[in-house]
Amino acid sequence: MSELTLFLVRVAYLAILWIFVLSAISVIRSDMFGARLPSTAAGTAPKPPKQPKAPPKRRGSPTHVAVIQGQNTGVTAALAPNAPILIGRGNDAAIRLDDDYVSTRHARIAASGDQWYVEDLGSTNGTYLGTQRITQPTTIGLGAQVRIGKTILELRK
Amino acid sequence: MANALLLQFVHRRRRGAELFLLILALVVGIGAYAAVGLGVDGEVPTNLLGYGGWLAALVIAAHVVVRLVAPYADPVLLPIVAALNGIGLAMIHRIDLALDQGQADQQLIWMTIGVMLFVATLVFLRDHRLLARFTYTSGLAALVLLMLPMLPVIGNEVNGARIWIAIGPLGFQPGEIAKVLLVITFAGYFVVHRDALALAGRRVLFVDFPRGRDLGPILVMWGVSLSILILQKDLGSSLLFFGLFLIMLYVATERPGWLVVGGALFFGGAAVAFRLFAHVQQRVDIWLDPFADRNGDGYQLVQSLYGFAWGGLIGRGLGEGMPGRVPEAESDFIMAAIGEELGLTAVIALLLLYGLIVERALRAALISRDGFGKLVATGLAGVFALQVFVVIGGVTRLIPLTGLTTPFLSYGGSSLVANWVIIALLLRISDQARRPLPEATDESEDPDLFQTQVVKAVGR
Repeated sequence: MSELTLFLVRVAYLAILWIFVLSAISVIRSDMFGARLPSTAAGTAPKPPKQPKAPPKRRGSPTHVAVIQGQNTGVTAALAPNAPILIGRGNDAAIRLDDDYVSTRHARIAASGDQWYVEDLGSTNGTYLGTQRITQPTTIGLGAQVRIGKTILELRK
Repeated sequence: MANALLLQFVHRRRRGAELFLLILALVVGIGAYAAVGLGVDGEVPTNLLGYGGWLAALVIAAHVVVRLVAPYADPVLLPIVAALNGIGLAMIHRIDLALDQGQADQQLIWMTIGVMLFVATLVFLRDHRLLARFTYTSGLAALVLLMLPMLPVIGNEVNGARIWIAIGPLGFQPGEIAKVLLVITFAGYFVVHRDALALAGRRVLFVDFPRGRDLGPILVMWGVSLSILILQKDLGSSLLFFGLFLIMLYVATERPGWLVVGGALFFGGAAVAFRLFAHVQQRVDIWLDPFADRNGDGYQLVQSLYGFAWGGLIGRGLGEGMPGRVPEAESDFIMAAIGEELGLTAVIALLLLYGLIVERALRAALISRDGFGKLVATGLAGVFALQVFVVIGGVTRLIPLTGLTTPFLSYGGSSLVANWVIIALLLRISDQARRPLPEATDESEDPDLFQTQVVKAVGR
């Protein structure tokens, strides 16, 4: 076995060792950035677990909020994911209520992901979900009734 | 919002990537074996097919089991371990040829046992949280295992350290298994008591000391195991267990003060040990000036340093060096043999591989969803990192030499088997952590149910 062959074997072996190390690192790299969000993955990979998740979203996504009881019954406002709806007595409110028990900037309804939240903005008389006064942003679904002063609002399709 | 994104972050299975890396790892392992044959005898070893086939069968079996029972497990750990084990086997075979002994065959048998235990761990342990039930049992088992070598009949003293037991013809170091059991004990204890440990207690100087009733039991448990090891003159393992306890206490309580206390205790203890024990003084003397007694006490370290120097940047080539000159070249000093025959290039690659194992273990700890899994993975990563640092630091004369095995490379059955189990535990934790959250399937119309998280229960 000649000196040159042995040298080539040695260098080739070290090269293989480093190729292994580098490919291990590249797998880790693609593992870090290659993970997908389920929402963006719909087109690329048909995943069975996605199917059961879709129906409740479609069934339960509200499109507008309506006043169903109080002075302003019948007033509605469309829900948009990026525009929170302000509710109050003030002129800048999306739903302006003529209700003496409502503060100027009383509450707002906002989206996070595919959930809708109602949040009290430090009102005097509080915001109620059923009989419960809310103290922090609370999820509301389709048909949930939010009571503000003497007015009741509802999420509708 | 960032949190919501993180919750939607889905890991892929990556089993194909694992298979690809495993094939490369086999090329690395079997290639080393073939290169040893080429270098020593000038021809490819005749049993290359049988040897390579056996190695490939073990690795592929492990891969298939991971595919079946832990599909989301980390894809990098198994190939790295397979490569390290393959290089270790080839190196032991190389030293066998130099010294005319047959330890590589025994190591291959131990590797087979290790892979079998790896498979058994993955198959029977479907959820690592089950281990939390055995917090105290495993602590007791660790103590018993540590005490076994002190018993008269089966205990066995090798090279001044009484850490071996002999079962028939097989020698076994129970401390290696105790290492894994202690990680489980510490994790199980800390996950229950971490709040009490971190919040209750009084402040002395700038460290919050927990109440005795919170820290006491685990402190006693740790003290006993440490004193057993000191009685057995097993310096490396005492250092390992001390560091492990400190890391886990620090991670569990999130108090950096523990590192200060631990560091002070370590230097205090080291100073006391230096005064009390002659063999500690000897080790430090060798470390400070190995050439003072180059043919006596310092012989091993000096030969190892010569090996590294003779190897240089790309080594002498497999089979071209003289690794037989270093005593214990196949166990503690295997890094010196690799440094001589494959050079700095390979040593750096191997250190990088060890670093990747630790990184993957800590990654599993970070993304794990339960505290127990986090602590176990952190503890195992800590054990691994400390062990590699202590032994390779010792061989390269960075720190005084304390006998420990180089994980997966060194000859030594108990260490190899224990490390395969450690990797199985890490794969199980990472599989649980990377698995997507179970989908909430809601048949009813009640909107309240939409918010209910389905929590995966621990199977009985």
